[in-house]
Amino acid sequence: MSGAAIGIDVGSTTCKVVAIDAAGNILDRRVEPTDPRIERQVERLVGELRAAAGPDAPLGATGYGRKRVPGARALTEITCHARGAFARARRAAVLVDMGGQDTKVIRIGPAGEVIDFNMNDKCAAGTGRFLEVILGRLQVPFDGLAERVAAAPRAVPVSSTCTVFAESEVISLVAADEPLDGIVKGLHTALASRVAALARGTQAGDEVLMSGGVALNGAMVAALREALARPIRVLPDPQLVGALGAALSVVATR
Amino acid sequence: MILRRLQYELAARAVGPFLTALDDWQRRAKGTKARTGPFSPPLESLRKLKDMMTVHYLSGRYADGAVPVAWVTSGFPVELLRPLGFHTVYPENHAAMCGVQRIVPELSDAVEAEGYSRDLCSYVRSDLGSLDTGRSPAGRLPRPDLLACCTNICQTVLYWYRDLARRFQVPLLLVDTPFVYGEPTDHQIRYVADQLEEGIEMAEKVAGRKLDRAALSEAARLGRDGSQLWGECLETARNRPAPWTGVDGFFHLGPIVAMRGTEECNAYYRMLKDELQDRVKRGIGGLRGEEKHRLLWDNLPVWYATREITTLLGNGGFNFVCTTYTNAWAEASSLIDPADPIVSAARTYSMVMLNRDLPNKLRLLSRMTGEFGADGAVLHSDRSCKPYSIGQVDLKDRLASEYGVKTLLLEADHNDPRAWASELSSNRLTAFMESFG
Repeated sequence: MSGAAIGIDVGSTTCKVVAIDAAGNILDRRVEPTDPRIERQVERLVGELRAAAGPDAPLGATGYGRKRVPGARALTEITCHARGAFARARRAAVLVDMGGQDTKVIRIGPAGEVIDFNMNDKCAAGTGRFLEVILGRLQVPFDGLAERVAAAPRAVPVSSTCTVFAESEVISLVAADEPLDGIVKGLHTALASRVAALARGTQAGDEVLMSGGVALNGAMVAALREALARPIRVLPDPQLVGALGAALSVVATR
Repeated sequence: MILRRLQYELAARAVGPFLTALDDWQRRAKGTKARTGPFSPPLESLRKLKDMMTVHYLSGRYADGAVPVAWVTSGFPVELLRPLGFHTVYPENHAAMCGVQRIVPELSDAVEAEGYSRDLCSYVRSDLGSLDTGRSPAGRLPRPDLLACCTNICQTVLYWYRDLARRFQVPLLLVDTPFVYGEPTDHQIRYVADQLEEGIEMAEKVAGRKLDRAALSEAARLGRDGSQLWGECLETARNRPAPWTGVDGFFHLGPIVAMRGTEECNAYYRMLKDELQDRVKRGIGGLRGEEKHRLLWDNLPVWYATREITTLLGNGGFNFVCTTYTNAWAEASSLIDPADPIVSAARTYSMVMLNRDLPNKLRLLSRMTGEFGADGAVLHSDRSCKPYSIGQVDLKDRLASEYGVKTLLLEADHNDPRAWASELSSNRLTAFMESFG
């Protein structure tokens, strides 16, 4: 198909691939947990999407595994998320991307360019992995999470920002008979406050865009809305924004 | 004593120069290997620099017992010690050598096992670890007779040098410089000047001779001229392309830090300046390829990863043309007055960047990015240097919003590679480069 492209986002947790047409519409997609043998997984997924995009469609790659995608133009997640988000929102904006092992706040300019970005420190606190580890420990399923948290009368404060220490803190809260839903709400509040700290310095009031796998968690979106005191718009297919940006970067350079 | 002195003089004047000459000859015979990566061939002066530092550290091995030895912080007014004949050792400089040679984790482990916290400055951990383990890139440091410490760079040096004073059981000459908000008051300057006068008495006792005031004025003049010359070397990078990278500046800092106030130091910078100016005339840049973007570096270098960082950026056509760190030794030189070496030293050393408020730092950053035509800045958030790193988040926001300078905050530690995340850092640097379009 003429003008089509494939974008691949090899994240720490999931691998996302999209095929788009010249106008940026998604023709096909794949989302899978990342296989440690990246090359094999990438080859298979790209092969599957060639059916929609055509055998010669150019390939753009991003994510931590981007350099292991043969034949692709590699760009960082910052640039790709900005491009993907701009293609969807079509205006200057602040984007919060919450992925498996990093969280970034990107200020996107009126032409879709990256003005500035902040990322989390060198640990998984403040990322999707933090929630995954602790909710797993508490055996709280992701289904119905937003409703549970919304219905919790109060957030039980969780002070640790380190994933490892927070896990033991949460266990002792459970042992002290604190309500489970309140603890889960407290976790989201703690996480949102870390992300809000990254977003400081960006202009108040404007609507904030959100992408990344964590944007699928309604409880996190609500907690972030409260922490930032700003409206949040979750981009369509939030997990695919990086892959979309990677695909757009090769469409644009043809 | 006489024998020891003879050994020291021999090392400084004969053996050291002979060994370095031999080394140079061997290197020439082998032919200089072209530097790989995005950089132009190294400066000719680099060889002289290596020789000078080698002789300095080699003679240092024989200094104790021969001449009085002082261990000195980088911000101490060392001009006061020169006329008294002290051999000066800079533990910070020595620690940086440990950093470059990547032996810090091992040295740090040794002191951490004794109960020193990993949160302590990695220079402190490196040097104390070197004392404990006996491992040193310099072979051996001479035992101090005097410790000279000035708090204008941080408060950590106070505790560090107290620790050294306890270990070596030698006098600690402490100069306390109150933090300067806005401009220093006359009272502040007087307070520091009085301490310098008292310090001279202590140093005289240790050296066993009286300070010659005329010689002090001469040392102050040499110190001032050395700083000015260093400043002129740095200024050559205002040209496009810059004749070197700011990171080269980190390594050429050695003499102005460790030999300030000596003619040898000044002669070196005259030579370096000539070479840099010649490169400018001939249009030779620090990068082999096109210098597409010019950057400012803030904070200490990441000693063990400078090459990694500059190679990544250099391959993308980004060159560091100025750094606030190298600038620190050039900045206050005009304040030194050989006619009044004590009071002018009190003023100069109180007004170093790390002893001044945040508005001053913002003015400095905006002035430097303007003068050097830098369109971006990398602020190294240094886990080991809190006084340098505090306020960087605000500085980043202000630089971007008020001066249109794209700014990246890079988390690392100047000496401890365990605080360095290579993959994450290169990802951030790459994203930063991509943001220039």
